[in-house]
Amino acid sequence: MQRLSFYDEISANKRNSYILVFLVFVFAFAAAYVFSLVLFGESLFGLLFTFVASSAYIYFTYSNADKILLGFSGAREAKKEEFPYLVNVVEGLSIAAGIPTPKIYVIDDPAMNAFATGLSPQKASVAFTTGLLSNLNRAELEGVAAHEISHIKNYDSRLATLMVVMVGLIAILSDVGLRMMFRSRNLRSGKGGGAFILLGLVVLILAPFIAQIVRLALSRRREYLADATAAQLTRYPEGLASALEKIKKVGSAVKNASDASAPIYFANPISVGQLFSTHPPIDERIRRLRSM
Amino acid sequence: MDILLLAFGAAFLFFGLAFILMYNSLVQKKIQIENAWSQIDVQLKRRYDLVPNLVETVKGYVKHEKALFENVTKARAAALGATGVSDKAQAENMLSSTLKSLFAVAENYPDLKANENFKMLQEELAGIENKIAYARQFYNDSVLSYNTAIHSVPTNVVAAMFGFTPKEFFRAEESEKQSVKVQF
Repeated sequence: MQRLSFYDEISANKRNSYILVFLVFVFAFAAAYVFSLVLFGESLFGLLFTFVASSAYIYFTYSNADKILLGFSGAREAKKEEFPYLVNVVEGLSIAAGIPTPKIYVIDDPAMNAFATGLSPQKASVAFTTGLLSNLNRAELEGVAAHEISHIKNYDSRLATLMVVMVGLIAILSDVGLRMMFRSRNLRSGKGGGAFILLGLVVLILAPFIAQIVRLALSRRREYLADATAAQLTRYPEGLASALEKIKKVGSAVKNASDASAPIYFANPISVGQLFSTHPPIDERIRRLRSM
Repeated sequence: MDILLLAFGAAFLFFGLAFILMYNSLVQKKIQIENAWSQIDVQLKRRYDLVPNLVETVKGYVKHEKALFENVTKARAAALGATGVSDKAQAENMLSSTLKSLFAVAENYPDLKANENFKMLQEELAGIENKIAYARQFYNDSVLSYNTAIHSVPTNVVAAMFGFTPKEFFRAEESEKQSVKVQF
């Protein structure tokens, strides 16, 4: 019965993730379309231009996203001589999950946190703060590492990367689009289809908010899913639960984290309110783990 | 008449595609089991490679335990040479228990316990023991997924046609369950 509930949660979360990605896509393209309407009017060239520009943006950010994230976090590669314990734990869990060992990084920060990034399980990276390494015992560290490995195995790290890029694109497009719209109205007032432009304006204003909320919902689901998969890998949910309890006490606020990179971390790296948090409450995660 | 033909064609195409997909997924699961099995061997081999190094390091500090070193070396050679599942399992158990007594002896030598190289080897061995356990777990997970597939409708039809037979789970022997844990 226990095993079954893990798998159920995994498939349900995967399906929800696909739906959410689809929604983000719809909003991204709606925003892009309105942008091209304002800029070029109803022309084929406008559509083509927007398509090429946004594809190029997505391609470059997407293919470099993991390097950018690791760079921003100040992570350095963990050598086996220096962190034999961590390297062994990650290697062992990669075997359990049936994925190649990801590149392992450490972040010199007393806060307790970790994240996984990468576009596929074959080219993934995991990073752990030194605060995490010094505060956790082996079972607890295995729990956290299993959680990150699960993100990689379930293609969460690709999804998170995709989300960061998509939301970034929507924010930029709607920002530029709004400015263009006001400018074009000032320059050539009276011109342009009124209702259409109004609709576009509503989409432009709402899109970043909706994208943000979608991203947060997605991120919370992914955390529960990764907790469940981690328990399945270690066959010991208590390790992760007790790690979360320690993190609650010590704190997970990392120096080099921002709004944009928050969803990728193990525990929330920035202090914000509950409603718009990228992570589910730690107590709820502990409760779910202990009831498995 | 045309409509009937079209319906037959569509059904044929649909079942053909479903058939191919099911066959491919079974092959993939079977290959994953083979891969998982070789993963276990990789880790076991890494343990054999580690033993001479460990014995050399301990020898530097522990002078009067010749029989112990001989036992470890013999157990390693036996495990390396063993063929067949049950022989191999028995030899692995021997090796595990001699390593256990090696570490028990090391407990009495504070200088040895403080040695960086020894600590590294100790961590390495603990890591390998863990990886062996995880590799076996992954093997069993793979077998579970494969066996479930060949017994469930509709993949069981494809499995029966192409002779996909159930695979056996890895079961740890009672004695081995105890000896896998190396106490430091």
